[in-house]
Amino acid sequence: MSELLRCEHLTKNYGGVIALNSIDLTVESGKIIGLLGPNGSGKTTLIKIINGLLTPTSGKVFINGNEPGVLTKTQVAYLPDNSYLNNWMTAGQIIKMFSDFYADFRPQLALEMLERLGISPEAKLKNLSKGNKEKVCLILVMSRNALLYVLDEPIAGVDPATRDYVISTIINNYNPEASVIISTHLIADIEQVLDEVIFINQGRVALHKTVDEIREENGKSVDELFREVFKW
Amino acid sequence: MQWELDKKRPICPQIEEKLSVMIASGEFKPNERLFSVREVAVRAGVNPNTVQKAFTQLEGKGLIYSVRGSGWFVNENCDTAKTTVDELIRLKTEQFFEEMNALGYSDDDIKQIVKEWNE
Repeated sequence: MSELLRCEHLTKNYGGVIALNSIDLTVESGKIIGLLGPNGSGKTTLIKIINGLLTPTSGKVFINGNEPGVLTKTQVAYLPDNSYLNNWMTAGQIIKMFSDFYADFRPQLALEMLERLGISPEAKLKNLSKGNKEKVCLILVMSRNALLYVLDEPIAGVDPATRDYVISTIINNYNPEASVIISTHLIADIEQVLDEVIFINQGRVALHKTVDEIREENGKSVDELFREVFKW
Repeated sequence: MQWELDKKRPICPQIEEKLSVMIASGEFKPNERLFSVREVAVRAGVNPNTVQKAFTQLEGKGLIYSVRGSGWFVNENCDTAKTTVDELIRLKTEQFFEEMNALGYSDDDIKQIVKEWNE
């Protein structure tokens, strides 16, 4: 088990607003990790820094030993919290595009997953339901053979059956070399698949533990503990 | 089959219990191939690392053995599985009595109720 992600005193300010306040964090390979926190706690900011979409105000982040850049983008697969794909493209065209973009993309796997869902590669994105569109986005991300998968709110705004689909897709693509970070505030739905949770609140890491530690020490589900920690 | 798990308890021992019950009840015969780690993970909707840990624990207890490259198999001697199930039954019974006590029934009352219910 090797270290995949390390944050050192990571800080991000937006004007006078402190989004991340000196975060120290390490994530090992082969883990599924929940990044949990209330709205506005800094989850998406952290994720965007990991992906090199934002630069930290101070502090550093390393992915497999390297700071975010061209190299790390080939190792990190990112599912943003909103769709960025062209609506007029078909699922098949997008798969083709991803094959061109990412050397680690496995088009065959993507096509198989589409077929299992009954989505035709000929289907234009704009003609898909919201849920199916989100599934396509997830399939694209999970079809990469990445070291680190970062999923920003993959289960928000989808029905419970789709949630189950998302979770089983994550389990099915589990690879002991890679780690998956899932940001969400819907903890109850996802806590069973997690190895570890990171609670983040007001830009700080409030707690970083394995889920079994939480259950053993507190006799509570992660969801219950979350509600207690973030009581207001 | 969807596995119902209690989110308040650690997942790993719960997976162990479920598999022990399946082995003790003869759902899996000695030397039969058990589910793969991934199959259990998907069915139970839990983390593959947790399932792996549960399998290793069961191996330590002598319930199952692994064959390199082909997965996990049930051991000849299922007594240990029965012991695990016995423990589980005791635990459930204890919980039942505790809950009934909390409702204001004495142990004798409970025994009486169980007897009547049985008839």
